[in-house]
Amino acid sequence: MAAPTTIADHRPHARASARGGGVRRLPNVGAGIGGFVWLAVIILPIYYVVISSLRSQTGFFDGNPLAPPDHISFEKYALVLQSGFGRYFLNSVVITVVSVTVTVAFSLMAAYGVVRGEGRLARTSFSVFLLGLAIPVHATIIPLYYMITRLHLYDSLLALILPSIGFAVPITVLILANFIRDIPRELFESMRIDGATDWGMLWRLVLPLARPALVTVGIYDALHVWNGFLFPLILTQSADLRVLPMALWAFQGEFTVDVPAVLAAVVLSTLPMLVAYVLGRRHLVRGLTAGFGK
Amino acid sequence: MAAPQSRARSGLLTLPALLMFVAFAVVPLAGAVILSLTRWDGLGAISWEGLGNWVEVLHDPLTGNALLLTLKIMVFSWVVQTPISLLLGVFTAGTQRYRAVLAVLYFIPLLLSSAAVAIAFKAVLDPNFGLGGVPGLGFLSQDWLGDPDLVLYVVIFVIAWQFVPFHTLLYQAAVRQIPASLYEAADIDGAGRVKQFRHITLPQLRNTIITSSTLMVTGSLTYFDVVFVLTGGGPGNATRLLPLDMYLTGFSANDMGKASVLAVILVVTGLALAFSLTKYTGFARMRSEQEGL
Repeated sequence: MAAPTTIADHRPHARASARGGGVRRLPNVGAGIGGFVWLAVIILPIYYVVISSLRSQTGFFDGNPLAPPDHISFEKYALVLQSGFGRYFLNSVVITVVSVTVTVAFSLMAAYGVVRGEGRLARTSFSVFLLGLAIPVHATIIPLYYMITRLHLYDSLLALILPSIGFAVPITVLILANFIRDIPRELFESMRIDGATDWGMLWRLVLPLARPALVTVGIYDALHVWNGFLFPLILTQSADLRVLPMALWAFQGEFTVDVPAVLAAVVLSTLPMLVAYVLGRRHLVRGLTAGFGK
Repeated sequence: MAAPQSRARSGLLTLPALLMFVAFAVVPLAGAVILSLTRWDGLGAISWEGLGNWVEVLHDPLTGNALLLTLKIMVFSWVVQTPISLLLGVFTAGTQRYRAVLAVLYFIPLLLSSAAVAIAFKAVLDPNFGLGGVPGLGFLSQDWLGDPDLVLYVVIFVIAWQFVPFHTLLYQAAVRQIPASLYEAADIDGAGRVKQFRHITLPQLRNTIITSSTLMVTGSLTYFDVVFVLTGGGPGNATRLLPLDMYLTGFSANDMGKASVLAVILVVTGLALAFSLTKYTGFARMRSEQEGL
């Protein structure tokens, strides 16, 4: 199990020599064992969920829960898909796309304003955003609920989009501002002397240069909106407006005894993220940790 | 062409983002303070109540219960998650092929929403058809979520399952930043693996330990989704953490005034923790880490 480590250690990578190359080449057996134990902790529940979702109702309660089903059945997936899953998926897509687009657009402008602007507004808004990082969403839900009902937005997708943007803005601005700060000042100055407006500089200089940062921060924001549970729980109620996490919760209430169906819903709701992970793992991982660490 | 635009006007570009943030985050925050002084059932008219809610909430044993549970989960989560994340971070930062493969699998929990995690574990932990039914795993057949003495530890485990991968990512990235020359020098000096870990890796990870711990501690005030779906605060009040206590007071017992008091307690605790942690561990260091994003 640990044998391949010695081989890998010889690869001409900076860390390879640090890990085990050079003097000793003993594989770190303890670490290997620990690594596989943790793998079991992670994979067993996931395997159980997937395998159970492929059982029929009768096959579910008897036998070894980890043994593959006698015959794989997709009937539960069909049931979930017929229960409005497409609709919920679409709702999730809509709120995520709209929230992230508006957040990133507004935040890019704000980040530019914070970095390039002079005067009190630019300075205070930066501190305000910094403070915003410390506001817990949960503490604001009751007043948010009040505001949203008074605005007659209760039970609408807009009710989910607006606070999602509000809470995504601070971290997005701070990350983008850090990025824009690294753009050489001379580039801005020469464009300014050529008569470029703020919009011109944003569009033709900042946007192309900041594209990687925009992708990263966009993914970070999207993950939060996509998986968000609290706003839908508090600010919507109709079945039509369920987003995926809400739909899961509702399925669980409706199909209490039909555990395979509930687990099929869990699998289906995770598939989009899994596809994203397979297609763009690096981007996703970078997006996840955007804003923390280096 | 006109004269170059004044840079004072560039500051105006912050306005749309600022407006959204103030309207949907800052104003509600202030709103919580105001609502904590009122009586409101969530539907009808709002009436002035003064400090009555505060007196009631502070005398309510449920509040003490919620605070104690929150403190417990904060401490236990940190104690459980930090060593695992750190070791896994170091492990996955290694260049061995099998470690890279494991790392890809380790991060799968991050793809699941909190609701999905909670529902999955409800099934996994079921004493009748969960993993306890696997031959050899009979010891897992317990009423995990129904036993008030067990349930808090189950919640701590599920939360660790969900969040360790994220912290592992932080540590993995940080370990990869450690200059290889430090290890080379230690190799020449004949320092063993454990020594290298203690004298090079750990000190080099200091800032990441601070960042990760701060996120864990402040984050533990906001464990809501998973617990809400997994236990709903029960059995009894065994997992009624502070945010859950607030939700149930507001939206189940329809007492928004008292719930707002709990919301304010939540904010104040969070801010106090964030500030004291950053102060105690050196604010300048946090700043420099933030600026190096």
